[in-house]
Formats: sequence, C-alpha cells, structure tokens
Amino acid sequence: MPGPGPGRRLASGGAIDRTRTLGFTFDGREYAGLEGDTLASALLANGLAGGFQSPLLGRPRGVMSAGPEEPCAFVEVSAPWFDLLAPATMLRLVDGLAAIPRTGVGRLPPPDASAVAARPRHAHVETLVVGGGVAGLRAAREAAGRGDRVLLLDERSWLGGTARSFEQVEGRPAWEWVEETAAALRSTPDVTLLTEAAALGLYDAGYAVIHERSRPVEHLWRVRATRVVLATGAHERPVAFAGNDRPGVMLSGAVLTYLDRFGVLPAERAVVWVANDAGYATARALRAAGAEVVAVVDARREGEAAAQDQARADGLEVLAGAVIVATDAATGSGHVSGAFAVGPDGQRIRLDAELLAVSGGWNPVVQLHRAIGGGLRYDPARACFVPDGGPAWLSATGAAAGEVPAAEPVWHIAAGDGDSSALSTSLSEHFVDLQRDQTVSDVAEALDAGLRSVEHIKRVTHIGTAADQGRTSGTLAAEIVNQLLGADPGAQGPTGARPPWAPLPYHVLAGPFRGRLFDPVRETPIHPWHVAHGAVFENVGQWKRPWYFPREGESMEEAVLRECAAARDGVALMDASTLGKIEVVGPDAATFLDRMYTNAISTLPVGRLRYGVMLGLDGMVFDDGVAMRLAADRYLVTTTTGNAAAVLDRFEEWLQTEWPELRCWATSVTEQWATIAVVGPLAREVLWAAGTDVDVSTAAFPFMAWRDGTVAGVPARVTRVSFSGSLAFEVNIASWHGLQVWEALYAAGQPFGLTVYGTEAMHVLRAEKAFPIVGQDTDGTVTADDLGMSWIVNLRKGDFVGRRSLRRADLTRPNRKQLVGLLPQDTAALIPEGAQLIDPGSVGASPPVPMRGHVTSSYRSAALGRTFALALLEAGRQRHGDTVFAFDARLTEPIAATVADPVFYDPEGARRDG
Amino acid sequence: MLLLPCPWCGLREEVEFRYGGQAGIAYPADPDALSDEEWADYLFMRDNPKGPFAERWYHVHGCRRWFNLVRDTATNELLAEGR
Repeated sequence: MPGPGPGRRLASGGAIDRTRTLGFTFDGREYAGLEGDTLASALLANGLAGGFQSPLLGRPRGVMSAGPEEPCAFVEVSAPWFDLLAPATMLRLVDGLAAIPRTGVGRLPPPDASAVAARPRHAHVETLVVGGGVAGLRAAREAAGRGDRVLLLDERSWLGGTARSFEQVEGRPAWEWVEETAAALRSTPDVTLLTEAAALGLYDAGYAVIHERSRPVEHLWRVRATRVVLATGAHERPVAFAGNDRPGVMLSGAVLTYLDRFGVLPAERAVVWVANDAGYATARALRAAGAEVVAVVDARREGEAAAQDQARADGLEVLAGAVIVATDAATGSGHVSGAFAVGPDGQRIRLDAELLAVSGGWNPVVQLHRAIGGGLRYDPARACFVPDGGPAWLSATGAAAGEVPAAEPVWHIAAGDGDSSALSTSLSEHFVDLQRDQTVSDVAEALDAGLRSVEHIKRVTHIGTAADQGRTSGTLAAEIVNQLLGADPGAQGPTGARPPWAPLPYHVLAGPFRGRLFDPVRETPIHPWHVAHGAVFENVGQWKRPWYFPREGESMEEAVLRECAAARDGVALMDASTLGKIEVVGPDAATFLDRMYTNAISTLPVGRLRYGVMLGLDGMVFDDGVAMRLAADRYLVTTTTGNAAAVLDRFEEWLQTEWPELRCWATSVTEQWATIAVVGPLAREVLWAAGTDVDVSTAAFPFMAWRDGTVAGVPARVTRVSFSGSLAFEVNIASWHGLQVWEALYAAGQPFGLTVYGTEAMHVLRAEKAFPIVGQDTDGTVTADDLGMSWIVNLRKGDFVGRRSLRRADLTRPNRKQLVGLLPQDTAALIPEGAQLIDPGSVGASPPVPMRGHVTSSYRSAALGRTFALALLEAGRQRHGDTVFAFDARLTEPIAATVADPVFYDPEGARRDG
Repeated sequence: MLLLPCPWCGLREEVEFRYGGQAGIAYPADPDALSDEEWADYLFMRDNPKGPFAERWYHVHGCRRWFNLVRDTATNELLAEGR
C-alpha cells in the first residue's frame, strides 16, 4: 500500500463542488472525494499517486492521464454496481463507490453482480458528433442550425473536453461558452447530448454503435447518421525513457486537467518536459497552484520556440535542447523522486521532483476514422498522423483533424544517453505500452528477429492490444520502429484499429436478450397439453418438441421402449405440427415442383400424396418430404421441421431468379395447421371412437391418399402417410383446433390403451424402417443413391435441380459411403452416434487406421428386442454380413457389429395397412 | 452495416438481407450438354474482384424479393441498383 502521497486538493478552483463530499473505498480503505471528481482525481486529492501495479512485471504504477487513454489506473468496481474493468480516469465518483486496483487477470463477476441493466436504444439523425469538446459543440451547433437532427456524445462525464477555465472561446470564458452552447443545444428540438457515452465503432453508411455508461441502466445505442463528425480531440503522447512508467510520471495535459478541472495538485515539486508549446501552460498552472516548478525541459533547441523566452520572462527555469533520460524513485513506493536531464552539452543533471509532466506531442484520435477505412497522413510539423481520405459521410474537426500544437519528434531516448553507474538506462525500462509492459527493448528484439511491419511487431509484442487499445502506445511504437529501422518519421503509421474502441462489457452487448428473450421459442398449439402431461422437451431449431413422456419412475430408455411398442402393437399419438408445410399454387406449380424434386410430382393425381427428395445443385440430398395434390394447380408440400425456412427460400430463389416466367407462388402454412399422427394397428378404432365422417377403411382410403372431412366434430384433412412403418393417419386441423382435437383423440383412445410418444420414439420407429432424417443420416455429402434411394431419382422426366451433378465422377465412384444397418454382436450394446467404423484388422493397431464410415443413428428397438444402428459405410451395400468395429472416445473398447440391410422392420411393408 | 436499397421497400438495414453472391450466373439452358469442367465452373467458380461487383441480395426478413446491386467491394459504395 502506498503511504500518504504528495498530492492535495487546492483551496479553490475547478469544476468540483466542495460542499458535497462523497465517500468511497479504494483497495478496502475509506476516503472522501467531491461531487464532480473522477475516481482518479479523488485518489490524487487523497495523496494516492500510485496504488496500481503493472500486470506482467508487477511494477508500481500510478495515474498517468486524465482521460480514456489511461494505461495504468484500471479498477474493478463492486459497488454501487459491478464493473470488471474501468479506467479510474473515466469513472465519475459517486457516493459509496467501492473499487480495487485491477491487477493481473480479471475475474468473472459473481453471479448476482449484474445489477446494472443494459438496454438497446436506436436513433436516426442527420448529424452524429463524436466528442463534446469545443470543436464538437461547434459542429453540433452548426448542424442544429441547419435543422438537422443531432446526436452528440462524449465519453467523459462533462462537456467541454479539455477546454481550460482560463481560455477564451468566441470572446467568452471557455467554460461559460461551453455551458451556454450546451444549454442552447439542449433546448433545440431533436438535439440530444450524451455524456459518459463512448462510440465503440463506426460502420458502413454512417452506422455507429455507442455505449452509454449511464447508471443504473446502461444503453447500447445503434445510430444511423447521414453525416458523422469526429471531434474526438487528441491524446497526448508520452516519451520512452528509463523509468518513464513510475508513479508520478504523468502526461502534462493531464496534470493541467487535475489542476484546472478538479482543483487537485498532484505534487508540490515538478519538472515539466515538453517537445511542444502546450506543456508551458502546465508549468504556469503548477506554479500558480503553489507548486515548485524545478525546470521546464524543452527538447527544442535554444531559440527554436518563442515559448522558451516567454517562460523565462515569467520566471520559469527553462533547459532548452534538453531531454529527460531517466527517473529515479524513492525506496518503497516506487514513486518518482527525481528526473535526470541531459542538455546540449551532454551534462547529466538530476532534478529533484515528485512529479514529471511529459508532453511528447499530440496524436489526433483517429482510430474510429481508421477502422472504417479512412487513411492517414504524417504531419511532420506536428509529428503526428492526421486523417486523410475516408467515406464521404465522415469528417473530422478540431484536434481530431490535426489542429494540434507543432511538436519536435521525440520518441525514445537511446540507450546510453546519460549513462551512469548509479542509473539503469537499459532499453528494458523504456516503456512503450505500459499496460502490456512492453519496452523499447521488446520492440528491438522483434526487429532483431527480422520483423519489419508494425502489424507483425504488434502481434509479437502485443503492443496496443490491451484494454486501452494503444491510445498512448500506438503512434509511439510505430515511430520507434521507424527510428530503429533508420526510416523517416511517419514511414510506417500506427497499426490498424478495430472496434470496439472502448471496453464493452458482454452484458451490455447482450442487453435484455438473454434467458427467455435470447431466441424466439416456437410452440405447437398442443404444447400446453405436453407440459401438463410431463413431457421432456427437446429443441428442434426454435421449436420445443416433446422428446418423450416418462411415467412416474420411468427412465428415458423405458419410456421410449414403451412408446415404440404402442405404435407397433396398439395405438399411439404424436404431435407432428412442427413439420414444415408450404403451399405451392399456380398453373405452373406442377412444372415447378418437377424441377425441384427428383421424382415426378406433376403426375400425382388430385387426392394423392407422394414422397419426394430435393437435391442441392451439387447433387447432394437437401431435404425430403411429402407432396400432396390439393387441386390441379395447388400442392401442399411438407419439409423437415428444421429445414422449412430453407426450403421456402429455395423455392423463392428459383422462382424469382431463374424461372420468373412460371406462374407459381409458394407460401408457408406451417403454423396454420396442427398435425396429429394417429399411429398403430388400432389407429382406425381411435378415429371411429373420436368420430369422423371420413371412410378410413383400407379399401376406401389407400396409402398415400388424403381425404377432407371432420374429425371429432372439426373440419379436418386426413392423410394416410406413415413415418413409422405402422398403419398411420395424420389428422390436419386448423391450428386453433389442434388442442381440442388432440384431447378428443386422446380420450377416445383410452379404451384402446392409446399412448403418446415423442421425437425419440419417432426416431427409433423411422430408423427401424431406414427412413433417413436429413441432417442426421445425411450431412450435405450424401446422395439419394448413397441412402439406397436411387428409386426416387427419375432421370427420364426431364431436368431437375442437381440432376447434372449426379454424373460427376465423385458421385459415381464405387467406394462411396452408403447407408447400411448395423447389428451390434452384443445385442445390448448401444453404439454412440457419431462413432467411427473401422475394419476388424484395425482393432488394436496403432493409429491412424482407415476410417470406413460412421454411425448416424443408434437406438434400442422394442420391436427387434435389441439394439441397432444406421451407418454410412464405404461400399456398404456390398458388405452386408461383414463385421465392422465401431469406436470413439466415449467407448472403452470397440463394439463389433454385423453389417445388414438397413430396413429392419417389416421389409414387406405389410404393417402399414394395419 | 450497409444500408441496402431494396427495390420494393427502400433503404433497409443489412441485417434484413441475405447475400446471394455474384449476379448474372444463369442456370444453363441444357446442363446435360455441359462437360464436367463446364458444369463445375457453373457450380463452384465465382469472381472475387476488388472493385465494382454485380451481386445478388435477398430481402429475406422483409419482402422476400431478390434483386441485384453493383457494389464496390473495396469501399462498399453502391454503384447501381436493379431488380
């Protein structure tokens, strides 16, 4: 812990309210600050110049800046809200604030800590102004004057940026001008001013994402602006010299901000080191506050700057043509106790000081401009990079546009300058990136390794990759590279910039879209019944589908076996409402569907259904379903539950982009219909008991036909289609009748022992018949022939999507993986889905061994009284009867299985009629 | 995020659209007449220029209509709109 430091609150001055004291804790100790403070200013006022530690080397660190460029003073806040990572310089002090220095790796917040809510906000404006300093306020005033809707934001808690109390703007004292201008803007309609709001990124066409750190509700703004004005100001640049990271080494503009805005004097005795005129104002303000200014060390030669003589005239000691080469520190705290200057004569002078205010020049804040593709130009007079070209909607103004003081290019102090036995001046103490603890020595090492590009050097050293995003280190690192390579200043610029430009907590990004709002949930009309009857659900896309319906004390395995047995030997109900349903309507509907499916749909008579498969253009199975002809010009096609949207999109794409001449329209009707499958040998009995005017006898109602009528008193379309191999009817009713008809069928079925079943039993039943599930037994590399379904491909009917690809060499090679059945030789062994198949000779061999295929589906079968699986196996249809071994990391030893025809249940199809 | 001119709905946010790749690649009139190489060229090969690029967009979360655009892939500037 640091002892009492050198800083103190001044008796007067600043934009703080001395009558309003705020209590806070830092590192567990209690302190008091004032309304208007940041945590950093309150720490300095309490004499806490240090108290921080560098993450990698553990060196003592203190507050270096007064703004978002802070590389050292990061804290974790636990009260009154939780914040994992906040620069103390940007944290507005509130009563009860509790903060600890952030050292090392961050911790996740405790589960109950997300007390700060985050909400999205949207805005559309003609002019977005990023930065609320004098330049930004002027830009906003101009835009408001021409009637624009205006949004202006600033990341600090005040407007006016670094305007000083003693400056004049448009003939008015600067702070009064800021107050008057802001008040006028606030009273203008459609003008919004935000503080504590950072622009995280700019995107194409004037899109901006903004994080507003308002408490207790934070906002993530998404703004679309016709014009974006960057008034982001400039960040002062440090210089790399030995011990430039010690507590007490601060940026000169920051020192001035603490004096002027917060009425805080960081130390009683100071050295000011400048490479430009700006630092002289700091020296004067320090002296005005009662501090001793030991010297102003000016890197520019004697007579090069008028400021030198003006300062001398004011009684300041000026060392011209001099640089600071090193600092030394008091034992214990690591705080600066002196600085070593080397003048034009080469003499090294030690200057006693507890504060070293450094100004190496000013970098326009151009990262948002760069991240959207704007270029940079090196300005040699100001020794900085300024915006040069970019999107037409983006402009910069003020310091961001390059209006910064002229500066002597001083980047780092060479090794050996001012060397002395008492003083380490090795380059390994010349810090470039204080947050990543990277020094000139690290940069030199990267160059020695042969790296030349700043982008590569960044990735080796990690300079610029910490939470401060290289605000103080980016340009400095680039210029040190230029200097070490003997190139001109500006030869290489700083590395690219990417959003987010300020740390963004994930909870802000998530906003309210978590838990129930994370993703839409789709439920069938029968869902409440499933919930009431204890269904265990699985997610199928956004749908909640009953997975199985366990009875009291029943395991999943027991429940699924019971459900399957009912569908095979009795009667069972399943909610099939999630099945995708698309109506395809128009005089050319038949022609269109013939081109989409591998088989002929146009020859389907009205009143009948036909199974169909669709291929991708590459010839691979894309989806399957059943087409139902409702009228000469009207079909209803079903799709896989998870593929409904993709199938409709595909219809739209072909209809709109390739065959606009076809008079045919496709409409999703998935949610208009509820579909109930009545499955099993007693299905007819249940329909009769529930009451239907549809003749469901075998003679009157053949397989793959549909009939309109009523079921349980409700208009219904009944189809005879089976995804299980058992006798089955699917009852389609308007979705609002779904629950009513389900309940009627369930009640009617009770005398017959009717059972409800879920998707797991459905999967088992269809697998016993080798009905593939697209996306489970296929993966986009499987053809209809691979599935043993070449019968569905009609090559004589004319062209269809994917047809030409079927002749490609890869699709006709003999060793393609083909769908087979697997019967584990231990009839109780269940092969994990996804397991790889290997030859018997590979068992026990050292890997790699040839992978012959993999298991796509694997279940216990009630009908077979054993386990079975479906698999894709190289040349599998020629291998029926062979033994293969299934293995993966979930197994302790391979499972031997016999390759078989995949149709295990009722290969003759006798059971589908009941 | 791009602001895209849907010919039917006007300027809309990019998130409402799905990208459809290069425009003007017509489905061959007679795929059977193509060699494997010609078919593979149609199926897999697309231009990837730096500069103006005619491309397809689908207003999937809007009017569900396809349309064409010419966009400069280097600057994202929209150079021409079509249906």
